[in-house]
Amino acid sequence: MSDAERPTDDHVPGDDEFDPIEVFPEADEMDLRPGADNCYKCSTCDTNCPVAEVDDEFPGPKFQGPEQWRLKRQSDQDVDASIMKCSNCMRCDHACPSEVPLSQMHNSARGEYVEERMSKRSLEYWRNRLLSNYRLMAHLGSKVPRLTNFVMGLTLTSVFNEKVLGIAGEREFPEFATETFREWWRARGGHEVSRERAEAARDRRGESGADKKIAYFHGCYSNYNTPEVGKALVRVYEHFGYEVVVPEQRCSGTPMFANGMLDDARRAADTNVPELAAAIEDGADVIASCTSCSMSLRQEYPELFDIDGVDDVSSNTWEGLEYLRVHEDLEGELAGTRADVPNLAYHTPCHARNQGLDGQAIEVLTTIDGVEAQDVGESCSGISGTYGWKEEHYETSMQIGEEMFEHMERADGDTGLTECPTCAMQMEHGTGYEIKHPLEVLEAALVPDSPETARATTDGGVDEVGEAGRRDEVRGSDREGGTDEADREDRTDEADHEDRTGRPDREGQNEPSGAN
Amino acid sequence: MAITDDVFVIGGGLAGATAALAAAERGVQVRLLSYKQSTLRHASGLIDVLGYAPDGQGPLADPFDALESLPVGHPYERVGGDSVREALLFFDAIAGDTYAGEHTDANALVPTSSGAIKPTARYPAGVAPGVASDPSDALLVGFETLPEFDAPLAAAHLEDTGAPFEARGVTLSFPGIRRDDAKVTRYAHLLDRDEAVDIGRGETFARAALAAIVRDQLEGESRVGFPPILGDDNHATVRRDLEERLGVDVFEVPSGPPSLPGMRLEDRLYDALEDAGVRVTTGVPVVDYEGVESGRSGSNSRRIEHVLVDRKGQDVPYRADEYVLATGGLVGKGVRSDRERVFEPIFDCHVEASPDRYDWFDGDAFGDHPFARFGVTVDRELRPLDAEGDLEFANLRAAGAVLSGYDFAAEKSGSGVSLATGFVAGDRAGSEVRG
Repeated sequence: MSDAERPTDDHVPGDDEFDPIEVFPEADEMDLRPGADNCYKCSTCDTNCPVAEVDDEFPGPKFQGPEQWRLKRQSDQDVDASIMKCSNCMRCDHACPSEVPLSQMHNSARGEYVEERMSKRSLEYWRNRLLSNYRLMAHLGSKVPRLTNFVMGLTLTSVFNEKVLGIAGEREFPEFATETFREWWRARGGHEVSRERAEAARDRRGESGADKKIAYFHGCYSNYNTPEVGKALVRVYEHFGYEVVVPEQRCSGTPMFANGMLDDARRAADTNVPELAAAIEDGADVIASCTSCSMSLRQEYPELFDIDGVDDVSSNTWEGLEYLRVHEDLEGELAGTRADVPNLAYHTPCHARNQGLDGQAIEVLTTIDGVEAQDVGESCSGISGTYGWKEEHYETSMQIGEEMFEHMERADGDTGLTECPTCAMQMEHGTGYEIKHPLEVLEAALVPDSPETARATTDGGVDEVGEAGRRDEVRGSDREGGTDEADREDRTDEADHEDRTGRPDREGQNEPSGAN
Repeated sequence: MAITDDVFVIGGGLAGATAALAAAERGVQVRLLSYKQSTLRHASGLIDVLGYAPDGQGPLADPFDALESLPVGHPYERVGGDSVREALLFFDAIAGDTYAGEHTDANALVPTSSGAIKPTARYPAGVAPGVASDPSDALLVGFETLPEFDAPLAAAHLEDTGAPFEARGVTLSFPGIRRDDAKVTRYAHLLDRDEAVDIGRGETFARAALAAIVRDQLEGESRVGFPPILGDDNHATVRRDLEERLGVDVFEVPSGPPSLPGMRLEDRLYDALEDAGVRVTTGVPVVDYEGVESGRSGSNSRRIEHVLVDRKGQDVPYRADEYVLATGGLVGKGVRSDRERVFEPIFDCHVEASPDRYDWFDGDAFGDHPFARFGVTVDRELRPLDAEGDLEFANLRAAGAVLSGYDFAAEKSGSGVSLATGFVAGDRAGSEVRG
């Protein structure tokens, strides 16, 4: 984008075509010069890089960022292949005392490397593309979750993955849920039911006035693998009187950035930004349960993409606990509640730390009676999304994670707690612990009778909702109804699918939703 | 809802951490917020109190003698000599056996990586066997891949300085590191975990391999100095292990950034913060505040109601009764400048500076630069003052490099001022909450 403005004082009559002189040759790229110039080479970033600490072949974030950027001004310098060793944990952003946008520099360098230097016919490229487009895999896999889980668990599959694709054989693929979050959401009645429940909750809480509304960005993992996290979010927010909408969405882009697949990330963002911006326009704030998703929407989107509404999305996106803590009296609400959960060993994901969320889960959750949670320190888990899945990075990933595993084992609890799904995989992989999400603990304290079947049979909650629903029908008629939303969701998934296979596949036909 | 605590400390360096710990001693709920990692990572890890007087006299044998004659407005003059002593005692309790020097008021003389000698009040235990007052001969060991520490050059400088011992320097190849620009954390990690390293004729463990090549170089010296890379979490074990293998004392020679001794001190402080129940938030900056008028203290009654923290686009309110500003100086960006002015970016506290920016520095690179003393002016309670000398806010105190009136680089007083003012600011803030 050029900053050149049309000059006002040299209009030649009859000459409407003004052709500005291009002063800066890279004017259509991101201008990273101010960032590069801010670097005074203190090397604080290098001392925070978990990869450089265990791999002396990695030149570190200072080189990957400002130094490489400067080198590239000189001649036809290529981006160094070592950029692919960067795991995009973004700890260097957090470290830099001089406001150098290191991860932005790494993301753009990685994008350029993949675009210009990685063969599009190489297995590495397609392996990376496969890993970073997890949503597509998951979308197909979750159609037949049991078969997929069975196949992915086979030794043969693991050998094939490692030998042919370069996916670490030591890793176990996460199981697909038999019912995705979106399937559950639709079966439950979508937005319409949520609005009823939220209204009932507001009545119960004696809250009048403006509607409270959030748009849930569930991301891929809580949709396909851990829908219990998404359900917990919905129930907790409804408990506080928020109606939940679940807009159309694709991957947040986090794994794509880390693999230099900026075009794929851009395509996903082209869906996410307008959808979320529309929800914001409609009065909702955007809530993510995965801290890498919220990081992407808040920081990486505006840094890398120039899309209408991208700043709106960035400045209205929140993490699940964070939003409640700022907008509700969360600690007051939790005082006197109880949750019977095992002792927890909490790990702060690097991306959560960069959003100022370190300590939050412990500060909030330990106000609940029966919750004991211990912070296992500031080390990186080492998996960094798809990074630790690659055969060539598996060792590095486990060496980085070693410190966290040790701290987890030293902690009192033998259940893990974290916001990030891939950190959770690494925690489980390294310790064998079961891993929970803070929202699940919140749900246990605030909505203990949450499984809806239990609610329907025990406390007559259905009647209550039913009444609220009837009241709402009148008002709801002139607004966008839940049915529309559900229809639209179906269309997205189909469209998305059609996109890739050229043939529509009717959602729900292969897998009766929610029935098993 | 604002996120609420009793005391809110802005800045996570030595001053901020000390302030938070001192406030927590008063039994109140403290939160410390650090935007970026602190300049402790640049720091040598030495705790200087005063090495040279503001007029350049020195090196000073006893910093406490000189405290009495400091000019009005110097941070030590603001808090008083007793507070400096109290703050050092407070530090000694936190540092425990990881630091030395508490047995005397006198400055120790510590050799640094350039072969210069630095007067300092407290120093890491791993630096202790290297002090310049010890007459025993020393071998300095540098590594080809760590050019920041040129051991033969440092040894020659030490001789020139008139150190009372023979120093000799050798440059070796660090076992297991091939890359020219491996990070200091990589060296430390190898030794911390005693990883297997390839030394050309098979694998051995890092510490044994290092001891073996250094042993070959010893010519009767009774101590060996290394660049400060001897482990991170397990530093004490690494050093003891090398001492046992070599049969001589082993010490580190403090150097410039990035500095493991600074990082180890940071770890120690953050462990203490966790033990004290201080809540720590990092990675996000305080960008603004909301002030209120209150009738509490007469005419100077403006108070900070809450501050706003930018969490990647969202301004989240954090509220406390008392606030401590410990955001650092020009390097830490607690004091900033543009072409027109010098300013404190969060509360816009008054910073005294000439309107003509050509007056901000001296023509001589090593001259007496006014910019070195830029910062906020405070009363004896460390509360920032406006241009008229009135309180900026009744519930704000400042500590560390954000303060005006001292040139830490020339005086060698950086850590001592951070400790003393951090301690006083935190202690007053905590006791104010307690009422």
